[in-house]
Amino acid sequence: MISDLMNIYLIKFLLEGLLVTLEISFFSIILSVILGTILGIARYLNIPVLKTLSNLYIDIVRNIPCLLFILVARFTTPLSPTLSGIAAMSFFTGAIMSEIIRGGLNSLSKGQIEAALSQGMSTFQIIRYIVLPQAYRNIIPPMVSQFTTVIKDSAFVWAVGTEELTGRGMILIGKYGSTAQVFTIFATVAGLYFLVNYTLSHFARKQHSKMSVRSY
Amino acid sequence: MATNPFAEYKWQALFNDWHIFADGLAVTIEVAIVALFVALLLGILFGVAGVFPNKNLRSFNRVYVEFFQNTPLVIQVIFLYHALPHLKIVLPVFAIGSLGIGLYTGAYMAEAVRSGILAIPRGQLEAGLSQGFTYFQSMRYLILPQAKKIILPSIANQGVNLIKNTSVLAMIAGGDLMYQADSWSGMNMYYGPTYLVTGMLYWLLCFPLTKYVKHLEGSSEVHS
Repeated sequence: MISDLMNIYLIKFLLEGLLVTLEISFFSIILSVILGTILGIARYLNIPVLKTLSNLYIDIVRNIPCLLFILVARFTTPLSPTLSGIAAMSFFTGAIMSEIIRGGLNSLSKGQIEAALSQGMSTFQIIRYIVLPQAYRNIIPPMVSQFTTVIKDSAFVWAVGTEELTGRGMILIGKYGSTAQVFTIFATVAGLYFLVNYTLSHFARKQHSKMSVRSY
Repeated sequence: MATNPFAEYKWQALFNDWHIFADGLAVTIEVAIVALFVALLLGILFGVAGVFPNKNLRSFNRVYVEFFQNTPLVIQVIFLYHALPHLKIVLPVFAIGSLGIGLYTGAYMAEAVRSGILAIPRGQLEAGLSQGFTYFQSMRYLILPQAKKIILPSIANQGVNLIKNTSVLAMIAGGDLMYQADSWSGMNMYYGPTYLVTGMLYWLLCFPLTKYVKHLEGSSEVHS
């Protein structure tokens, strides 16, 4: 019976899973944006050793499934299930973020930097006040689409037994196995992911159109 | 207690069981090829539907794209595996993998096709219609050939994602490379060589395609 599922403990059980999903996604997004920004700038500024290293990192990591990093972080490090998920997803997504951020940096015209240099700004100031704010604004759509990918791909950590939303849903399916119950659980879990991702991309679209520079 | 994670006997064991990894790699490649065809077909159909004059077809495109882009591939594939048998539909894991990954990637390809078509000025379509082409002929002979150059880099990029996403099969005992690596190293705990070899095999599959994407992106920039 579906009514067996309408139980405050089961709903709480799923929502706790959602919280783990959000926790893993949130920290992975923050860390991968930081990592991607540092590497993106290193490549943009042609910093010798750092540039080669980040190219190597990106060429390797982008071509290997996220799930492999999740297995490595879970089984070869002493990190807790949640922390190993965050570590693996940040490491994997950092490579993709760096590509997105570099795209944003390359879209800026050189005149911007020349203008800033002529005003006596230091390299750090130029990056901080001129380059990054514009680059971030230009790449909001691909970046947010990557954020939703992180939220979706966090479901892969169930493969190593981390009980996030997908894991909690699967545990419930093991206990409540009638056809109606199984479909209800799938619909609820998928619906929660949809709600989070759709809200995120909808909000980002609005923000992006608000921030877009109007032509004169 | 610390033993060398890359000790020689662990490599020896892996090379003795090389056929397990070769079988897994073969499944990964087969699923990727079938899923790619499914994704391309759905991507072109739904992508064209997304710019169609008919409003119902356009909303059909939106529902498909929004659903598959906003829910995890893992959930979609586990649904096919666990829930469909309740409706007396029992698919082999190979079909579940190809269909599930194809449906998921198809949504991304549909968006690539749709935005590629929208990038072609509307005057091109009007010119075709004014010359007596039907809507479909204008699409087929005027719009799609021009949009191809814009669409191809993102389609190829989705191809790389598709190959990586075949690893979802490991979560439904699909017998692919990731599944074999996970279960083999789970038995003997020889994680070091397993993960290194598995990573290299995936890398060999994806890297040429990634290079091709870079090449496409570079050449389309020059032409525009």
